[in-house]
Amino acid sequence: MYSESSTIAAISTSMSEAGIGIVRISGEDAFQIADRIYRGKNNKRLSDQKSHTIHYGYIEENGETIDEVLVMLMRGPRTFTGEDTVEIDCHGGVYVLRRVLEACIHAGARPAQPGEFTKRAFLNGKMDLSQAEAVIDVIQSQNDYALKSSVSQLRGSVKKKIDDIRNKILYHTAFIESALDDPEHISIEGYAQVLERDVEELKGRLDSLLASADDGRVMKEGIKTVIVGKPNAGKSSILNMLLGEERAIVTDIAGTTRDILQEHMNLQGISLNIVDTAGIRKTDDRVEKIGVDRALSQAKEADLIIYVVDSSMPLDDNDRKIFQFITGKKAIILLNKSDLERRTGEEQIRQMCAERGMKDTPVISVSAKEEEGMEEMEHAVKELFYHGDLSFNSEVYITNARHKHELERAYGSLEKVLESIRMDMPEDFYSIDLMDAYESLGNITGETVGEDLVNEIFSKFCMGK
Amino acid sequence: MKFSANSVWENKDQYDVAVIGAGHAGCEAALACARLGFRTIVFTVSVDSIALMPCNPNIGGTSKGHLVREVDALGGEMGKVIDRTFIQSKMLNKSKGPAVHSLRAQADKAFYSRTMRQVLESQENLEIKQAEVVNILTEDVDGRKKVTGVQTYSGAVFRCQAVVLCTGTYLKARCIYGDVSTNTGPNGLQAANYLTECLKDLGVKMNRFKTGTPARIDRNTVDFSKMEEQKGDERIVPFSFTTDPESIQKDQVSCWLTYTNERTHEIIRKNLDRSPLFSGMIEGTGPRYCPSIEDKVVKFADKSRHQVFIEPEGLETNEMYIGGMSSSLPEDVQYEMYRSVPGLEHVKIVRNAYAIEYDCIDARQLRPTLEFRNIDGLFSGGQFNGSSGYEEAAAQGLLAGINAARKLQGKEGVILDRSEAYIGVLVDDLVTKESHEPYRMMTSRAEYRLLLRQDNADQRLTAKGYEIGLIDQERYERLLKKEKLIETEMERLKKTYVGTTEEVQKLLEENGSTPLTSGSNLAELVRRPELSYEILSPLDHNRPEFPNDLREEVQEQVNINIKYEGYISRQKKQVEQFKKMESKKIPENIDYDQVKSLRIEAVQKLKEYQPVSVGQASRISGVSPADISVLLVYMEQLKSNR
Repeated sequence: MYSESSTIAAISTSMSEAGIGIVRISGEDAFQIADRIYRGKNNKRLSDQKSHTIHYGYIEENGETIDEVLVMLMRGPRTFTGEDTVEIDCHGGVYVLRRVLEACIHAGARPAQPGEFTKRAFLNGKMDLSQAEAVIDVIQSQNDYALKSSVSQLRGSVKKKIDDIRNKILYHTAFIESALDDPEHISIEGYAQVLERDVEELKGRLDSLLASADDGRVMKEGIKTVIVGKPNAGKSSILNMLLGEERAIVTDIAGTTRDILQEHMNLQGISLNIVDTAGIRKTDDRVEKIGVDRALSQAKEADLIIYVVDSSMPLDDNDRKIFQFITGKKAIILLNKSDLERRTGEEQIRQMCAERGMKDTPVISVSAKEEEGMEEMEHAVKELFYHGDLSFNSEVYITNARHKHELERAYGSLEKVLESIRMDMPEDFYSIDLMDAYESLGNITGETVGEDLVNEIFSKFCMGK
Repeated sequence: MKFSANSVWENKDQYDVAVIGAGHAGCEAALACARLGFRTIVFTVSVDSIALMPCNPNIGGTSKGHLVREVDALGGEMGKVIDRTFIQSKMLNKSKGPAVHSLRAQADKAFYSRTMRQVLESQENLEIKQAEVVNILTEDVDGRKKVTGVQTYSGAVFRCQAVVLCTGTYLKARCIYGDVSTNTGPNGLQAANYLTECLKDLGVKMNRFKTGTPARIDRNTVDFSKMEEQKGDERIVPFSFTTDPESIQKDQVSCWLTYTNERTHEIIRKNLDRSPLFSGMIEGTGPRYCPSIEDKVVKFADKSRHQVFIEPEGLETNEMYIGGMSSSLPEDVQYEMYRSVPGLEHVKIVRNAYAIEYDCIDARQLRPTLEFRNIDGLFSGGQFNGSSGYEEAAAQGLLAGINAARKLQGKEGVILDRSEAYIGVLVDDLVTKESHEPYRMMTSRAEYRLLLRQDNADQRLTAKGYEIGLIDQERYERLLKKEKLIETEMERLKKTYVGTTEEVQKLLEENGSTPLTSGSNLAELVRRPELSYEILSPLDHNRPEFPNDLREEVQEQVNINIKYEGYISRQKKQVEQFKKMESKKIPENIDYDQVKSLRIEAVQKLKEYQPVSVGQASRISGVSPADISVLLVYMEQLKSNR
């Protein structure tokens, strides 16, 4: 449970490069928090201003200007949530919105929980009772999404790193606690030095996790882009071309990619989360079939589909099936193997698109082998994005902000442990902050503390009597 | 059949409350009810076993000492009795923070039991009855079961309005070592074999737990020269806030420390197949925190030795307790094993070590008032609830007794929450979490332990005890006076400045503290780890004189409160958040099936536990934060609909 602040913040517009974006703060400290990051003319303080007014100024953090903004001030109860609310109109852009949100969090807000604004509005009597069920739906669906994004978007390696840190913290705490519980059997004389060394090291690990949180390496955030196509159309080669590295295994044997590969890339400021999939065809091979099913379900959730067609082969039933599948979705069609003799042409594809009401779908000839057509493809993605055709759920960024917030809290808790050690505080004070760090990190991986400590004490240390 | 139809008769004496069992829980429960003015009868299978200590000969210890203090602060008896009957006393963890200081006293067991029995005997409204209760009598009122009395093995019926079950380890008890097993309670006392069936008929879900105890040996056969002496503290601190410390300074008896060795472990390993635990003869679940010596040897195979404490059982007996070596190995192995320990080479065993199995309940059937959710007027406390330890038992017994009385007074039950008392943590854990072993208190279970110190139990709970009616006016006023003195003194220290005078710098230097560069108030100096309120007294020229009986307590509180102010206020903030959720009460008749969008697992868990507050609901495993949000929204909707 969060305890330090009841003031929440979130990005409350969808994340696209188009238009403006809004960061919303709600809660009793909303105005004070805004004051900490806002600089207007004549050093005016937002908390001194009238309700329901708009103010021009800048959002700053550590002396650095993040964005030029309009700030809307609304005192409760005449607000959506019924609480004091500040809305910061930013110049859109994923990066800026994220920075502004983080500034709010550093200034004392905490990232909102899924559906929390709506929940507050309801609990504060700002919504009609008949809306209760709708509110519940918002909470559950946003929570489902957050859970999914929290767990599935957390990279496996990051989860492992966090788990490792947590395990170490738990071990140390359990040792201290077992000694406090059974001082006649277990001694912790001189343990402070051991702990200090280890906590320093753990702090370093958190530091590097925090650094990677900034460049999107923690969360697989961005536009979910799924590469689909028949077997051996060259999907993995396209992925490798985009990434500029050999990530996927490429052979000329159809069906090489039997499962899902995911990579993150930044395409001129646009964040793409690229998923390579198994080739889609009718198959009796059970393992391959699983891959095909997964590919289809990935494509269903995609923000953008890159459909790779082998231009050296004529279209067949499998292609028609894929076409059916991408109908109505944002897609880019790549005619791969332009270096080989052509059996399927751009015109033929455009014709098929037009028949399905997708005449704006870009169709581009590329050769993954010769690395040709890359620029056109990037251009097409950018066009879609800047026209606002592409956007994605901001919940991903909120989740990321939450994760970062928890990493920072854990880091802060470990600093307090070190401070207590240096201040020569008694050992029982170390465990308070150690367990805080443990809990914060658990919030990232979705694990609660429960009986962990007691279990660890009994499993690792021999108690008396 | 327990009794023949014509031996059934109704005892016409009037009772309000029947307490079943006179162990540590039963004694507190019975005393609380009687003191609150209710005619109380306490049943025991043997009057000679009132307040018996069948296992370790001490009261208190880490976190358990806290419980004793809390029992005392609420108006319970345990602290007072141990203050009169201890033979050695020690404050554990003195070099650690104040939150984990824990008082532990070695008891003269027989004296303790006798003293508690005298307290019971001289208590107005309280009657002791030697009899085994076999039936809880109930009637159906508006579709709910309500307690109407109890019936004993002989067939006698005692009518009452509330029953407190404190059967400890006696229900269907079975004692085992090696392949020997007897259907007896602790110390070979008669087990209570019939009540379980009656409870099952009432719909109560039973568990079977296991625990154990080491052998008792003859002091004359112990060679103490091979052991390290463990003395008590020089300055003895009492458990009870009502005990004058001066009155209990006395000569103390020592305990002795020795160790097992590889040979001991070899003997155990060689005979593991003869242990009832490993052969499967014992099915109950044993506690992880007091493993038998064979458990330790198996589980911590890398340890070449384990500590063994030889503790006296009393002043008028030669029996000694072998702390750290409880066992259920066969008798011959026990002899061989104990005799491999230095100092015990020629030891004679007076009572064999044994494991004991007994019936207890899954305490999740209880409300946090310790009343059964589905049976009006039926309360329970102690080991019967799946806990372990004398102190845990006393704490629950007291609370169950208080709430039985409150029920008859028509008042709302007393619930202590996790931020108020270890008792609150204990009860909340018992009624909210699934447990597979007897539950023992630990300081690490208390999330706000910096606030739940043993030294401030009176400030946390005595006002409550006064309100309940177990604390008298005089004691309450003493508390108010103490609190006032603490507050005033803390304010004064924050406003008392010292400069960079020679006197100040010299004192700082003498205590290894950095000299001042500018003036400072005394509170700031108290905060320095190397300094304290006491050390600074020479600089504090206007320090007030405190009344004699409060001086030590006030000074201690001032020192702790100032020294750890940062941490304390942090936890206080967390408590505020916690209280918000605890204060959101869930209506008793809530139908979770009607709450749309609640996940199926959450619905099942909520139905099973029937939490009293949103706070309690949030601690149930399987209930997610989103479920809690949904629940909050639903409750709001309910409220407005009314």
